[in-house]
Amino acid sequence: MLRMLWQRALVGVAVVTGVVTLTFLLLHAAPGDPAERLLGPAAAPQQVEAVRHALELDRPLTVQYASWLRRFVRGDWGTSITTGRPVGAMLRAAWPATARLVALSLLLSYALGLLVGAVQAARSRARLDTTLSVATVTLFALPGFWLGLMLIMVFTYWLRVLPAFGAAGMDADFLSGWARIADQLRHLALPLLTLTLIGVGGTARFARGAILDVLAQPFVAAARAKGVSESRVLARHVLRNALGPMLILLGLSLPALFSGAVLVETVFAWPGVGRVMVEAVQSRDYPVVMAATAVSALLVVAGNILADVLAAWADPRVRGAAREA
Amino acid sequence: MRLRDPRALFGLTVLVAVAIAAIAAPVVTAGNPNAQRDIVATRFLPPLTADLHGTFHPLGTDRFGRDVWTRLVYGARISLGVGLLAVVISVAIGTAVGAAAGYLRGWPAMGLLGFTDFALALPRLVLLLLLAALWQPSAALVVVVLGLTGWMPIARLVHGEVRGLAVRPFVEGARALGARRARVLWRHILPNALTPVIVAAALGVGNAILLEASLSYLGLGVQPPTASWGSMIASGRDTLVNAPWVVTAPGLALVLVVVACTLLGDALRDALDPGAAKR
Repeated sequence: MLRMLWQRALVGVAVVTGVVTLTFLLLHAAPGDPAERLLGPAAAPQQVEAVRHALELDRPLTVQYASWLRRFVRGDWGTSITTGRPVGAMLRAAWPATARLVALSLLLSYALGLLVGAVQAARSRARLDTTLSVATVTLFALPGFWLGLMLIMVFTYWLRVLPAFGAAGMDADFLSGWARIADQLRHLALPLLTLTLIGVGGTARFARGAILDVLAQPFVAAARAKGVSESRVLARHVLRNALGPMLILLGLSLPALFSGAVLVETVFAWPGVGRVMVEAVQSRDYPVVMAATAVSALLVVAGNILADVLAAWADPRVRGAAREA
Repeated sequence: MRLRDPRALFGLTVLVAVAIAAIAAPVVTAGNPNAQRDIVATRFLPPLTADLHGTFHPLGTDRFGRDVWTRLVYGARISLGVGLLAVVISVAIGTAVGAAAGYLRGWPAMGLLGFTDFALALPRLVLLLLLAALWQPSAALVVVVLGLTGWMPIARLVHGEVRGLAVRPFVEGARALGARRARVLWRHILPNALTPVIVAAALGVGNAILLEASLSYLGLGVQPPTASWGSMIASGRDTLVNAPWVVTAPGLALVLVVVACTLLGDALRDALDPGAAKR
């Protein structure tokens, strides 16, 4: 187990290093001079030269890469061009909002998806299964940003019950106790609903398949043959064994979930890493873009490792395989 | 695949209808998707109304008085075109990498598989954002970037198939007859490994269409005034209250096309893979 964790951590470090290297190379392969991009078209040649020197752009690429990597590891990610704030501080302020949104929607969409998938598998090929399949395929196909706008139209403009923007109201600083929590929950409702609805479709589709695979196994027939009740077969024998593939899906779906969060955060002005990133991209704020790319890779890799650990915990065979490897 | 499968029938009908509309765009619409006349008089007309020139707008007009139906149909060209081309690139790269990794042994295969797993762990949209920020956004860039970031699942599929097929008797037979390795791979293994690729490609087109729309929504894909479903949704975002049709129409079109791709992929998988069909 520990050995597997160690292996996964090594792979994770390799992935993050790869991402950092990739962003470095892309920035240098992109057309135009970073110094000129930093200063804008009005800069004098001497200014550009000075910035080139300050950014070490006049030194060999390998030297630049080494010092870029050194600064990155130390957490010195430069200063934002548009806000003038240190990039590290900006991302440290933003990531809890993203983590909260993604973790909650993951939890909800997994619980709901597993439930829907289990119901469908238990009633396989019946009308209920078909109806739910149509529903999950549609949810799976929904563009998150569009669903968000539709929900804003209904809940904010027509029904006037939920706020559409931000993580807290303008008056949040003056609220206390329950009123403040209620305000935060009201702001969380629409982004969370959007992200969860998109997630449920894919999860339910996968859960249905995974459960049907397990249902076809001989041990399920054996359990039924010895007189175990159907609900107990489902709960103890089938769901327990379908958990492994579901947890592996968790790791694989993280990049997609994070991508979804980027768009949903933009639609709802949710103050997370995704919105910081989109705003930085739109204003060509390179230091922020690079750092946000690396941080999102880090989040995805950490989530992947967590999913592997959970899968090993849920399935002793995975632990065994890791020991042999 | 039997067309009696309602999923296949629905998927094919929708995709063929949208493709025909996109190809015949000048015939089924009023013509120029960027045409603006008397912006003040013709903007925000609700669906099923005619403007003062007598032009009928089945889906209404947007804030510049442009016909939403015309833009929707011309936008289908971008969506379908970008989705298809991106998947062609993904399938080509994925098949090459997967076949090489499956047929080569030792460290070249390990290297290719390791690189595939590495690329699979990258958040795709984040990478797209980065590239769109560094280069000038355009439809061509979106195609290339979507293609270059979508080949990994296909490489894994092909790799698994090739490894499984390489030990089958007919491959050993071909080798025993003296066929060269490249010929065995090209003529005997790859044609048999393509089944899951077709399924993945159908699902991949839907995914690529969604990603293109996302990028265009963020202003990092197809640039205005060119009509794309994503940029249409973005342009109607600020007028959600008084002109909801500008946002609703392209969104529904997106959902319809992506559902069609997904259902077609599901039906293909069940028809081509007897093991899954029993479900």
